[in-house]
Order: sequence, then structure tokens, then C-alpha cells
Amino acid sequence: MLNYIIRRVGYLFVTLIFVMVIGFVIIELPPGSYLEFELQRIRLLGGDLSQAQIKALEIQYGVNDPIYLKFWKWISRFVTGDFGESFEYNMPARTLVFARLPFTIIISVLTLIFSWTVSIVVGVYSATHRRTALDYTITVFQFIGLSVPAFLLALVVMVFAQRTLGLHVGGLYSDQFVNAPWSWDKFVDLLKHIWIPIVVIGAHNTAWLSRVMRSNLLDVLGMQYVQTARSKGLLERRVIWKHAVRNALHPLVMVLGMSLPAIISGETVVAIVLNLPTTGPLYFRALLQQDMYLAASFLVFLAITLLIGNLLADILLAWLDPRIRFE
Amino acid sequence: MTEAVPTLPREELIAEPVSEVGLMSQWRLMALRFRRNALAMIGLIGLIIGYTIIALAPFLGPNDYLRQDSNYVSGPPTPIVFHDQTGKFTLRPHAMAITTELDPVAFKFKYVKDESTYHPIKFFVKGDPYTLLGFIKSDIHLFGLDAPNRVYPFGADPLGRCMMTRVLMGGQISMTVGLLGVAMSIIFGSIMGTASGYYGGMIDDVMQRVIEIIASFPTVPLWAALAAALPKSSSTFTPLHRYFLITVILSLVNWTGLARQLRAKVMSYSNSDFTMAALAAGANDRRIIFIHMLPNAASHIIVVAALAIPGMILGETQLSFLGLGIMPPLVSWGALLKDAQQVSVVLQQPWLIIPGVAVIITVLLFSFLGDGLRDAVDPYSI
Repeated sequence: MLNYIIRRVGYLFVTLIFVMVIGFVIIELPPGSYLEFELQRIRLLGGDLSQAQIKALEIQYGVNDPIYLKFWKWISRFVTGDFGESFEYNMPARTLVFARLPFTIIISVLTLIFSWTVSIVVGVYSATHRRTALDYTITVFQFIGLSVPAFLLALVVMVFAQRTLGLHVGGLYSDQFVNAPWSWDKFVDLLKHIWIPIVVIGAHNTAWLSRVMRSNLLDVLGMQYVQTARSKGLLERRVIWKHAVRNALHPLVMVLGMSLPAIISGETVVAIVLNLPTTGPLYFRALLQQDMYLAASFLVFLAITLLIGNLLADILLAWLDPRIRFE
Repeated sequence: MTEAVPTLPREELIAEPVSEVGLMSQWRLMALRFRRNALAMIGLIGLIIGYTIIALAPFLGPNDYLRQDSNYVSGPPTPIVFHDQTGKFTLRPHAMAITTELDPVAFKFKYVKDESTYHPIKFFVKGDPYTLLGFIKSDIHLFGLDAPNRVYPFGADPLGRCMMTRVLMGGQISMTVGLLGVAMSIIFGSIMGTASGYYGGMIDDVMQRVIEIIASFPTVPLWAALAAALPKSSSTFTPLHRYFLITVILSLVNWTGLARQLRAKVMSYSNSDFTMAALAAGANDRRIIFIHMLPNAASHIIVVAALAIPGMILGETQLSFLGLGIMPPLVSWGALLKDAQQVSVVLQQPWLIIPGVAVIITVLLFSFLGDGLRDAVDPYSI
């Protein structure tokens, strides 16, 4: 097991290097730099900079360095925790990333737990109550969940909450708590808000996972050992939960690595509509503004989050299924 | 797999005359299974209707999709009724007149329904000129009002443009993005998947790592980063170029799924009797891949591709919603939804959400079709 973990961690670091290269190249691709944007803005306002001033700024930002030198500068500072400056906010990218990333991780993990719990329960129910009215209803909801883009669901939920329930939703806190220090009241307030993003982001994943769970369980229930268990006279509840569900869960762990990227991407887009203080709104804005150090840091950290998540999923799977360790 | 006998005698197939089943080709059997699936047929027929509608979009929409009506900024949908001024029932639908008033306090336009004036809706009426399918020039619209009155069945956007025509025109982009992107994914994915499954070794190792790296990025942020790298609109880089490059970007991330599946297929074919026979008969690699393996995998490629289309449509919608996808003057459903980013806007102008309904219906139809194809090809899979 330890051997397996070490090997996986090794892979992770190799992948990480490539992730950083790709992340940087992508961010470097757009023509022009933030400096040009800034100059244009200053000119629009009627001001101008002398040629010498522009030169000085260019040297300061390393605009004309060859790309490998830029990358080397960036990555060597990156590992020491200096991710560069955000041009737009005039503060270290690190501060911005670390202020936002924890919320993305917390919401993603909670969404994962939510969608797993719901999809196992729903999947088991619809597999054991096949072709009943509720099973068909669940199927309809699953199809809807799979075809509604998360941001649209977020919009609809917010409009519904505001119009019908008269609730002010959006954000993670009520107005009076946004800048307040942590307290019990603020925590309760957070819980009151956080369920909306969790349900909205998790809808797609839940719909998908519960379909997987249903068909897995149907396959397992058709197997002979389940018949044996029943013929021994075991309680149906025991047959299902102890014998069948355990084996049906296995493919669900296998797709864990696939549902994480979906959740994190969903979170970044939904955050814009729901006005969440997570990575999404800042990242997409940085891309639009070509604030490249900030965008690159966000992209790399989202990828790192995902890599760690996948590593944990692999370890979990290896722990559940010894065959994988000796592959 | 060359044998046409169904691998699993399902109830429906047993009902068929057995002798005939044995004679049917594999494709014929698939078609038979597909036609038995009601949802799949709904998907297929719905999509045929959908594509017909978007092909005829400028004719079906009552106005030009770029025409700005400064007197109808963010105007509500025109109420359409089946009676005239006198309140008498008529078979011909009538559009209720809406008068525009300037609210002096809020300094905003107010739209007041004029319950006493009704304009009859005419069919095949002259209106804004358009070009259909790229070469038919016309100015006849399926329905509309006599000039100067105009009908806005889905309301107007914040620039006073007809939402209905825009939604129909947006379909031309949104409903083709998935097809084009998937076509490109099939090309990338087939080449990569076949190569790594057939040759194995180094090629296989490298490709597996590449796929792993691509999979280690969250999809939408990666798409967004790539889309942000596209040049700004200029005379040499038109919105149409951008549209094609967006489909390339969507498929750059998407091909990995197909490549993986195809790799597994090709690997299993490598050890099968028909490959051995072809090798023994002196066939070269190219012949084995193109004549023996790919035709066998064709049905699976189609299924994987069909199941990938909804993801691509949703991807384009999200990118355009973020402002990184399709650029004006082109419209897509995601680009239309960009106007609806704020809840306060949606509360006041709920008709801005209509493009979202179009997205949901299209994705649903494609899911039905994809699921149906999958069940028809392989009754075992999930």
C-alpha cells in the first residue's frame, strides 16, 4: 500500500510540472500584455507616459524577456510562495488566491459529500423500486439535472427564492456578517447560505452518480450470490445494504476522479451568478483583463486541488480494492 | 462480431421471427433496437425538427436579429390573443398593441398594454430582408404585422432586438458547435486512440500521460484560459474564425474520452481471431486498422460521440455566458444568457431566460438520442 502511495505521489509531481508549464503557456498566449492595457487606459484618460517611463515599466514587468526566461522567473518564485503581482488589484497574487481558494475547496468537498449521499440513497431506492411511479419521477429529475447548465439553475433558484419566498440569496453571508470577525452567529449565517451553492453545483453530479448507482445495483442484484443470500433467508434489507450495495459502490469510487473536475468547474461558473467569494469570479475576470500572474496562479492552484483530490480518490480505491495496488 | 446473431436474446427480439434475426446485419439489428426505444425516437425526431427550425431561423423569426428598436428597449413579449378589438373570437391571432411611455421619475421606458388596439398577425408577410441558408435572399417572414407595427413574441433584449429571432439565430451557433466539436474530437481521438492501442509501448505511455495531464485541469477554467488566449476581433480574425476556434478548444479537451475508449477497443481487437487472420493473410498495419478495426469500432465511436455532444453544447454555453465564447454580431444561447447574469435583471425581464430553455431542450434531446444509441449498440453497458 505504501509502495502504491509513493508511486502515485511521484506521478503527481511529474504531472504537476507539466500542469505548471501548460498553465503558464496558456496564460502567455494572448497577444499584448497588461502593460499595454494600462497604457491605453492612461491615454484614454488623457495622460501619457514618456518613452523612458514606458521602458522602465517594461523592464520592471519583464515584458520583453524571452518566454523561457519569464517562465523560469515565474516558476522559481512560485515554489518559494511568491506568485507575482496582480496588476489589476496591485497586490500579491498569493493573497488573492489564498483568500479565495479555501472557499472553493470547502464548497467542492461539501458538494461531493452531498451528491454522494443523495445519489446512493436515490440510486438504491430507484434500483430496488424499479418501474414504480417514484422511479420514473426520479428518472425525469435525473435527465433534467443532467441537461440544465449549473449557472442557469443558480439563476432560477435565486429568482424563485427572491420572488416566491422573498429571500435575499447570493453570497455566503448576510450583509452584516461579510466583514465581521468569525463568531458563532456568522457560522450559523454561513450555514444558511451555503446550502444553495451546494445543491446547485451538486445537481448535475447527483443526477449522474445516482444513474450510475442505479444501474450498478441492478447489475449486482442480478448476480447469483445475491440470490444465494436471499435463499439463505436473509432479511431483504441486509441483502441489499450488506451484500449488494457494497459491491455496487465500487464503480462509484472509480468515477470520483471524474466528478471532481466537474464540481470544481461548476463551482467557478456558479460562483459568478451566486456572487460567492470563491476563485471563479476573480479567475474569469483576470482572464478577461489579461492579469496573467493572477490567472496563472488560480489555474495552477485549481489543478493542484484537483490533483490532490484525485490522489485521495486513487488511494481510497486502492484501499477498497486490493487488486489495484498490485497492478 | 462479424456474426449477426444478437448476443443477448432480449424479449423484444425473441418476438421477432427467429430466422429473420439471424439473417439481419449488425447495423440493421441496431436500427431495430433503436426504433423500439420511444425516448430515443423522441430525441431523433425532435432534433431533426430542431435543425430544420434553425436552418429556417431568419424566415421563422418575425424581425431581423440585429435590428435595434430604440422604442422597445427591454420590451416585454407581445401578448397574442385570438380575438379582435370587439372581443369577438377570431381564428386569426391578434397582437395586442403596446405603447411606450417614458416614466419621468425613474427615467425609464414603461410599456403599457393597449387593450383597445389589436393588430392582426399576417402570414408570409414582407419584413426585414435576410439571407436564408447563405444564398436565398428574401424579405418574406412566416408571420408578422403590417408595417410599421412589429411583433415581439419573446420580447426584446436590452438593446431592443427581437429575442425570438435571436434565440432562433443563436441556435445556429449553439446547435452546430457540438456537432463540429465532436467531429473534431472523433478525428483527434481516433488517431490518438488507435495509435496508442495498436502500437502500444512508448506511444501509449506518452499518450496516457498527456490524457492524464489534460484531465488534471478543471474543464471550464481550462477552456476559459484557452478561449482568453484567442486574439481580439479584427479584420483578419472575425467572429466566425473565433467560432471555429472555440469548437477546436472544446474538442481539445474532449477527445481524451474517445481516445481512451478506442484504445481499449483496439487493444482487445489486437488479440482477436480476425486480426490474426488478417495478419496471416499478409495485411499491413494500415489495412488492419482501417479495414478491420475501425469499422468494427464504428458503432462505439458514434455512441461516444453522441454522448459527448451535450457536454460540448453546455461548454459553449458556459464560455459565452462568461463572455469568453462567441462574440457579437454572432449570437449563441450562452451569449444571449450573458444579459441575464444578474438576478435583478432576470426578475424584471424574465424573458431573457428563454435561451436557457432552448439549451435544456436541445441537451435533453441529445441525451435521449445518445442513450438510445448506446442501448441499441450494446445492451450490456450502463
